[in-house]
Amino acid sequence: MTLKQIEGSQGVAEAVALCRPEVICAYPISPQTHIVEGLGEMVKAGQLRAEFLNVESEFAAMSVAIGSSAAGARTYTATASQGLLFMAEAVFNASGLGLPIVMTIANRAIGAPINIWNDHSDSMSLRDCGWIQLFAETNQEAIDLHIQAFKLAEELSVPVMVCMDGFILTHAYERVDVPSQEQVDAFLPSFEPRQVLDPARPVSIGAMVGPEAYTEVRVLAHAKQIQALTLIPEIAAEFKAHFGRDSGGLIQPYCCDGAHTVVIALGSVLGTIKDVVDELRAQGCALGVLGITSFRPFPLMEIRQALLGCQRVLVLEKSFAVGVGGIVATNVRMALDGTGQKVLTVVAGLGGRAITKSSLAATLVAAMNDQLEPFSFMDLQHEVVDRALGRERQIRRSGPVAESVLRDIGVVASKIS
Amino acid sequence: MSHQPVKFYQTGTFTVGNRLLDESIRSVQATKTRSNSLNSGHRACQGCGEALGARYALDAAMDVSQRQLIAANATGCLEVFSTPYPETSWQLPWIHSLFGNAAAVATGIAAALRAKGRSDVRVIAQGGDGGTTDIGFGCLSGMFERNDDVLYLCYDNEAYMNTGVQRSSATPPAVRTATTMPLGAEPGNPFGQGKFVPTIAMAHRIPYVATATVADLFDLEYKVKKAIQIRGAKYLHIFVPCPLGWGAASSDTIKLADMAKECGLFPVFEAEHGKVTGVSKIRKLIPVEDYLKLQRRYAHLFGKAPATDVISKIQARADENIRTYGLLDTDVR
Ligand SMILES: Cc1ncc(C[n+]2csc(CCOP(=O)(O)OP(=O)(O)O)c2C)c(N)n1
Ligand code: SF4
Ligand SMILES: [Mg+2]
Repeated sequence: MTLKQIEGSQGVAEAVALCRPEVICAYPISPQTHIVEGLGEMVKAGQLRAEFLNVESEFAAMSVAIGSSAAGARTYTATASQGLLFMAEAVFNASGLGLPIVMTIANRAIGAPINIWNDHSDSMSLRDCGWIQLFAETNQEAIDLHIQAFKLAEELSVPVMVCMDGFILTHAYERVDVPSQEQVDAFLPSFEPRQVLDPARPVSIGAMVGPEAYTEVRVLAHAKQIQALTLIPEIAAEFKAHFGRDSGGLIQPYCCDGAHTVVIALGSVLGTIKDVVDELRAQGCALGVLGITSFRPFPLMEIRQALLGCQRVLVLEKSFAVGVGGIVATNVRMALDGTGQKVLTVVAGLGGRAITKSSLAATLVAAMNDQLEPFSFMDLQHEVVDRALGRERQIRRSGPVAESVLRDIGVVASKIS
Repeated sequence: MSHQPVKFYQTGTFTVGNRLLDESIRSVQATKTRSNSLNSGHRACQGCGEALGARYALDAAMDVSQRQLIAANATGCLEVFSTPYPETSWQLPWIHSLFGNAAAVATGIAAALRAKGRSDVRVIAQGGDGGTTDIGFGCLSGMFERNDDVLYLCYDNEAYMNTGVQRSSATPPAVRTATTMPLGAEPGNPFGQGKFVPTIAMAHRIPYVATATVADLFDLEYKVKKAIQIRGAKYLHIFVPCPLGWGAASSDTIKLADMAKECGLFPVFEAEHGKVTGVSKIRKLIPVEDYLKLQRRYAHLFGKAPATDVISKIQARADENIRTYGLLDTDVR
């Protein structure tokens, strides 16, 4: 095993290249861009034999991917934020047609207000689009999940999103193990499509389906996701056998046995949470952590099982459903239906706001002491919100919201700490 | 695929009448080996120009590619009437993804074929005028600009027919549609709007751009065959009357397509790398009025007091086409 000190995006680009994609569609958007740039370079240099297309929009990127996957080629693209929303119609279409495309989401906030920094609003906004959604905790896991994703996608004929935190992972230089081509070839067979546009055996793909069969076709899409609940752990086990490390799976429990309070989260923030939990455990707090790797399909039974015996669950989310509350928490409540376990939601890290160890520790302590609101925002500047609301009550033409808030705070250029 | 020989039953039409010709110069439609790419049983209206245009074009493409052809279809009448679940009329590999992405899906298919070294298989994208000139225009322009190896076929019936005849950017001035009603100071679709995508396609300097109508089968087949043999981006804009949307008799589809060309409103030409290389001359010039009168979408121009000013503005558009494309042989006039 040779460790390389490389940028997360470069690691993912190398992992994708090892999977021998035949068609790659590229469209720039931060923080995803370095990944497709890396792949483009490999294709140009002749190191990777693939068709690399610079398309005119993310909608085109996914549409090209649909065509190439339907024509039987292993297909990859990547996007984030506005790009994912811009391609949304085609994203639903790819899963509706059952095309095993793999796409990286370099998770980023959604505008307005436009914001390039990390949170999970983008992938969460499309959580029910029929794609499998896997969240990476580290750059190593991002690499490993991509290799697993192609296998999973092609086995089920379902597209897979590998979500990794924008900047925090994509732009971080870390030591990672990029497997060898022989290892990946031994793990990932070549693509044998379940449906293909082939002049020798013509089929029609994408026919109009009315009420007589639409339900059944949709239920079959659900059935694929349910199959993934079995397949994801199987592939993770197989991956371990080939590559010698634990990566992927449905969930990743950490010190959950005997924990009274368990923190649930997705993605890179799990590292910080584990650090804080370690420190608090050393002081005698009965805390555990549950990382959710597979958000779609959502492993209801596995989560219920992992949380057996704890009293309360604190879900830390990097996005929220405006007008309702937590998104992950709502799903967790479904997993805990009837158990009476308390589920708290704390929203943190929106638009790149740093999730500090001290704020995390304070939040965890408040939760353990039953002093945390059921739905709260970590490090929220309440006075800023109150001032803006007050202004709207007083003045009819209160002006553009974001600009007024920036003026109140006195921030000129955006900063993220 | 098993192949059913065609039974000819049409009589009195020009479409297959050339069976009397020598086999070598017959149209593909007149051969018994034509592939019937869009087979019978579909749900198009009687006299649908789009159904006819699609079969003509695809049969020609199938013929010249030795049936090594894949098609991507935009949402619209053609897609809806051809694939009522669980049936399909398509006798070639065919995919429908979305309304606005047919060109990009075709690009993807072409990329996959290139990756697999299948240079023998040719790719077609097709859609209506709305799917081409409006919602699919970004993807279309991208496909042109990259010079992707795709032939795009636009079936222009001058409105969004599948959703109930609404205005598109290909709807001509004065036309009544569900969203340009014949009311107010300027009844119907306003003058001074709209676009003619063949010239925009030419501005991309792609290898081949052409227009055609369902009325001239030989010309249409010639252009499809030529386009399929060229590598790179190709665009063919086919004029296809829609009896339902235009308020025209089902039996007038071919006649109307012919008249649109003969009055100069629809210029038929071909262009290579951005330059016009050939035009189909008007055989017998007719006034636009003769063409307009047969369609209820123009009925508000022909009441008790005909809107002669509007009709002459339409005539001026035809005259301008005639000048721009040189549609008249000088000795004819
Ligand atoms: C994104 C999106 N917007 C709108 C529609 C509704 N729609 C379906 S077909 C169609 C009209 C198609 O018009 P055109 O492309 O001209 O083809 P025609 O039916 O006239 O042959 C419309 C508006 C859709 N399917 N998708
Ligand atoms: S509405 Fe027009 S385009 Fe659609 S099927 Fe009928 S005739 Fe053809
Ligand atoms: Mg139309």
